[in-house]
Amino acid sequence: MAFPHRPDAPELPDFSMLKRLARDQLIYLLEQLPGKKDLFIEADLMSPLDRIANVSILKVRSLSLRSCPSFLFEQLCFLVRPRIKNMRYIASLVNADKVAGRTRKYKVIFSPQKFYACEMVLEEEGIYGDVSCDEWAFSLLPLDVDLLSMELPEFFRDYFLEGDQRWINTVAQALHLLSTLYGPFPNCYGIGRCAKMAYELWRKLEEEEDGETKGRRPEIGHIFLLDRDVDFVTALCSQVVYEGLVDDTFRIKCGSVDFGPEVTSSDKSLKVLLNAEDKVFHEIRNEHFSNVFGFLSQKARNLQAQYDRRRGMDIKQMKNFVSQELKGLKQEHRLLSLHIGACESIMKKKTKQDFQELIKTEHALLEGFSIRESTSYIEEHIDRFGSPRFFLPVLRLLCLLSITENGLIPKDYRSLKTQYLQSYGPEHLLTFSNLRRAGLLTEQGPGDTLTAVESKVSKLVTDKAAGKITDAFSSLAKRSNFRAISKKLNLIPRVDGEYDLKVPRDMAYVFSGAYVPLSCRIIEQVLERRSWQGLDEVVRLLNCGDFAFTDMTKEDKASSESLRLILVVFLGGCTFSEISALRFLGREKGYRFIFLTTAVTNSARLMEAMSEVKA
Amino acid sequence: MDCYTANWNPLGDSAFYRKYELYSMDWDLKEELRDCLVAAAPYGGPVALLRNPWRKEKAASVRPVLDIYSASGMPLASLLWKSGPVVSLGWSAEEELLCVQEDGAVLVYGLHGDFRRHFSMGNEVLQNRVLDARIFHTEFGSGVAILTGAHRFTLSANVGDLKLRRMPEVPGLQSAPSCWTVLCQDRVAHILLAVGPDLYLLDHAACSAVTPPGLAPGVSSFLQMAVSFTYRHLALFTDTGYIWMGTASLKEKLCEFNCNIRAAPKQMVWCSRPRSKERAVVVAWERRLMVVGDAPESIQFVLDEDSYLVPELDGVRIFSRSTHEFLHEVPAASEEIFKIASMGPGTGVFSKESQKADEYLREIQELGQLTQAVQQCIEAAGHEHQPDMQKSLLRAASFGKCFLDRFPPDSFVRMCQDLRVLNAVRDYHIGIPLTYSQYPCQLTIQVLLDRLVLRRLYPLAIQICEYLRLPEVQGVSRILAHWACYKVQQKDVSDEDVARAINQKLGDTPGVSYSDIAARAYGCGRTELAIKLLEYEPRSGEQVPLLLKMKRSKLALSKAIESGDTDLVFTVLLHLKNELNRGDFFMTLRNQPMALSLYRQFCKHQELETLKDLYNQDDNHQELGSFHIRASYAAEERIEGRVAALQTAADAFYKAKNEFAAKATEDQMRLLRLQRRLEDELGGQFLDLSLHDTVTTLILGGHNKRAEQLARDFRIPDKRLWWLKLTALADLEDWEELEKFSKSKKSPIGYLPFVEICIKQHNKYEAKKYASRVGPEQKVKALLLVGDVAQAADVAIEHRNEAELSLVLSHCTGATDGATADKIQRARAQAQKK
Repeated sequence: MAFPHRPDAPELPDFSMLKRLARDQLIYLLEQLPGKKDLFIEADLMSPLDRIANVSILKVRSLSLRSCPSFLFEQLCFLVRPRIKNMRYIASLVNADKVAGRTRKYKVIFSPQKFYACEMVLEEEGIYGDVSCDEWAFSLLPLDVDLLSMELPEFFRDYFLEGDQRWINTVAQALHLLSTLYGPFPNCYGIGRCAKMAYELWRKLEEEEDGETKGRRPEIGHIFLLDRDVDFVTALCSQVVYEGLVDDTFRIKCGSVDFGPEVTSSDKSLKVLLNAEDKVFHEIRNEHFSNVFGFLSQKARNLQAQYDRRRGMDIKQMKNFVSQELKGLKQEHRLLSLHIGACESIMKKKTKQDFQELIKTEHALLEGFSIRESTSYIEEHIDRFGSPRFFLPVLRLLCLLSITENGLIPKDYRSLKTQYLQSYGPEHLLTFSNLRRAGLLTEQGPGDTLTAVESKVSKLVTDKAAGKITDAFSSLAKRSNFRAISKKLNLIPRVDGEYDLKVPRDMAYVFSGAYVPLSCRIIEQVLERRSWQGLDEVVRLLNCGDFAFTDMTKEDKASSESLRLILVVFLGGCTFSEISALRFLGREKGYRFIFLTTAVTNSARLMEAMSEVKA
Repeated sequence: MDCYTANWNPLGDSAFYRKYELYSMDWDLKEELRDCLVAAAPYGGPVALLRNPWRKEKAASVRPVLDIYSASGMPLASLLWKSGPVVSLGWSAEEELLCVQEDGAVLVYGLHGDFRRHFSMGNEVLQNRVLDARIFHTEFGSGVAILTGAHRFTLSANVGDLKLRRMPEVPGLQSAPSCWTVLCQDRVAHILLAVGPDLYLLDHAACSAVTPPGLAPGVSSFLQMAVSFTYRHLALFTDTGYIWMGTASLKEKLCEFNCNIRAAPKQMVWCSRPRSKERAVVVAWERRLMVVGDAPESIQFVLDEDSYLVPELDGVRIFSRSTHEFLHEVPAASEEIFKIASMGPGTGVFSKESQKADEYLREIQELGQLTQAVQQCIEAAGHEHQPDMQKSLLRAASFGKCFLDRFPPDSFVRMCQDLRVLNAVRDYHIGIPLTYSQYPCQLTIQVLLDRLVLRRLYPLAIQICEYLRLPEVQGVSRILAHWACYKVQQKDVSDEDVARAINQKLGDTPGVSYSDIAARAYGCGRTELAIKLLEYEPRSGEQVPLLLKMKRSKLALSKAIESGDTDLVFTVLLHLKNELNRGDFFMTLRNQPMALSLYRQFCKHQELETLKDLYNQDDNHQELGSFHIRASYAAEERIEGRVAALQTAADAFYKAKNEFAAKATEDQMRLLRLQRRLEDELGGQFLDLSLHDTVTTLILGGHNKRAEQLARDFRIPDKRLWWLKLTALADLEDWEELEKFSKSKKSPIGYLPFVEICIKQHNKYEAKKYASRVGPEQKVKALLLVGDVAQAADVAIEHRNEAELSLVLSHCTGATDGATADKIQRARAQAQKK
């Protein structure tokens, strides 16, 4: 299956250079401290590090930061994210050494950059003179041929909740690195406050280091920056594309996933790298889940046939087969059985939790139908699944309800919150305060109680008319305006009969044909127009009036090939569904998309970032 | 051509020396040079004269005067000398004037007589006074060597990075050496001194006696010594009128000469050029100048006036009250062309104007030497001082070039460019008489530009940059920046005018740093001007450090925020924190949301108390409430403390008019207390459970009464209670209690959940009990769950519901359901008929 790319689709740039750069820099930094040393690696950096270098290359004894430190050598090197709590931890180690009268060399390597606040803490703790600091500018990890991740999940909370802008500079630096390596980007678009800031900072960097990128032929023709808060809805939906579903179910971490015993059908779990190199996965990653099983069984039959060819072979052919094909077949066999196992496991889990019911509710929310029923469905969920491990999925539904409806009506807002606190504990009072600040879960003000009326209307008048009324109503309110945007951008496809998920017509297939991801639709529209022209209304509805920009260079040095390569930058994370949708769009239009995200996210991660949980 | 070589003087067989006038001096000196302390900088640098230096306290009314002139005698500065008596003057490589005073203090002045700084040569020098001093140049910069009254030497190899070195004592030295000089070998400065017939070499460890090889006998004293410009050669003049010339390492003798003059010369300097084989020494007495080298005869000139010699890289400058001349060895290229009866190929090209030109040319071409000829002409042009002669030679080269197929044009073009620059700076008004060997062969264009800037010749410098098409960053913008730095020092012009003038000239030329200029303005005490200039700085990050320095912290904060660099913002914040009192600091933060959130983030991890104060200051009761909630489970452990924290939180929420949060917090307080009581009375773990879990735990523990009480107290809705009980009882597999419960009253959640939960616990028997009680809408689903397909089919048919029918049909697997399936199909067909 797996739709092939159009023959004229451009080649992707080779991003493995980024890995080499990062690895060489790290080795260089470590060699600055000659001799044997203990290397402490922060847990968050372990997986990214694993992707670019195996620890044996580093020729050091490495320990994870949180494990109880057992010292061997006279030199200690810390590889950490620039976080204050890490500084305090290091300070406690160093001070303990001081008390014990041990002298040792300490070096702290910050990745991707050092922050002044961290040095401040070291100074306050009185160890600034004892440690030397360095920066490991490892900000771009190629997770796949078309996916670069900054592996900064905290970006989302720091910026969108706390208003902390320190990572924006890191993004600008990363963009600068890309443009120095792969040529300038002739066409730039963006939407969102953060996107604009990052873009401007990056331009400043380019101006300061003038000349380096000048005159280079651009490899990537367009860059599109997008803030996560422009489209929370898409990120909150349950994912039904295979890769997204695997992420939702097993959590893909840094491009690999731990399949437990229930998947591997053995007694141990297995870490599997999920990327384009996995032939089986590559063909199903972007598929709607309903197709995956059929595809896998077809594949299994083919594989069997391949094996069966052995029967008619003479010795020479057999020798050939064993030496050349057998290894590949066995590999494929292994992968196939893994993915089949994963599928089974997903199916088991999803039926248990009334997955169909859930999806139905989500679709109802997206389309704006039967809001009352959905609300009671959510309420029932809260009542039924009182145990703390369910707090995330329910919270997600609450947010989805709030955003699609421009906030909850006050009565619901209160009762749902009360119910929620009763089920999941009082500390979520803070979670609600966070969600309110981020605009994810709000209460309708006195001015916009209209949705109550609206939902009644929508029950009476079906489809088209309701849409129009909704539109008129929500344009009055200054909130998420999802309904109006959805109408303007035609996010809910009109379905005549069954939506054929095997042969998708549009990007809506990633949500079973019920909804075109807003973020992807915006990108599609802007690329089509090569500007924001004609989208003024949408931009206004997104409350991004001042933050949508286009910047195109006049000189046309870009080849037509590069003009079909598009770098999409998600500030605050993107989901696998969005990636799949844009990959689909690329195949349809002959583009290739490259994704740069601060981290790969999904609804659970978003909600976690906003939650206050007892430590 | 005859007249051209008229001033050529042969020295031996191989070399010619010529002397030509650079300028007639403009300086109108009243004194004789011999009455002044004189210092002239190399590379056509300025001349400093200190008049009346030796009149001491006796005539205090007549103060010495320090004058600085360009090499053409244009006055650059003049000032009354008000400090102590000066022993020696000298120019540093950066064209700063070093004045060594008798007390060992060295005063540093700029080209325009502006005082820069001073430093001392140490206490020992202060006590013993300075007898003599030399300023010398090495690759590290300019050094000062001092001979003290105690006949000891003190030396600093680089005045920019002052490290004094006291040289070891010379054993048995009673009087001052007859002459001495600084040698620089292997990057170390040594001192060579002559005492009577002996020579001593001082390095920083030891003093060693040395003897020049091949020195003629009968020397009883050395009167003068000279080191070449590059420290490679040394010349010694003895009291017998004998001159020894050799390498500075004193390992090799080059030649010797006896001039038969026993009087001590006034000056002796080397006159050679890089890569020249010939080496000569120029010796000057009162009225006589002699060029001696490896030849039996010397060249002699008569000096009409008191003159002063300045050694250069490729010759000697000689200036007096009226003229400024240059004496040098005729370069090889010129010699080849112009020497009488020269056979060099260049000659042929140059004589093209004569009738035989054509003939000559052909001859050269046949010899295959035309390329060389053209090159010679180009090179010779470079060494000419007169533009007319340069032109003739270049024209000759250009003519010869026409007959060559592939002569690379760049050497010609480059020479034209270099000569234009050279002629421009040699101009009388500029007065920098550089030769081609000095620029561009030795000095770079950057150095030349720096020197022009130092003389405030900005327009010429810019013209040169533009003419040579230098990149803006290296050329024009650098000069403009210097100009601006000079401009801000003009105190008589108003801030507005200066700022405007600077901005008009500089615009947004790349590479110009407005913040540097502003820093200069601030250095001159013009803070307002500095702020105005900073406004033009496009990179806000660059503005911040200076603003902080100028104590404009608030402005610095907004600039830092503009820059988007959070580290910069943080730096300013800490600055502000120390500078302002807490209240003002918080007020400043309040107006800067970006800085506020940054600081909050920091406080959250590092200074929790400050965070609370911040919220208090802002009357941000909502956040304050949240703060205390967090404290209630993160910071406090005892139950009383936790309740107290919650109480504070609730109060804050009331103030924030957030009734909901306040009520929820109060509920939590009640719950906490209750959980505590439950733990006391029933044992087990209750604290920190949610309300839902608390009730569940009670039911699981069999405390139904208390559970119901709790539900009433906290007004748990019926639906939740039913779900809760249902789940708990099923978990307990207490089917009896469940049945009782189901019959206690009509279920608010219907009976399908009962069926579902029984099936989940694999109890089909119990499930069936409830299936019958499920409402009609969900009946089919319930029946299917308990596996009663047949009855489900009946109900569905009865309901005439298409969806239900398909649902049942999809469950009709297995052989037993065949009949049912048929039944449904029939019912469907019937329905369709109707």
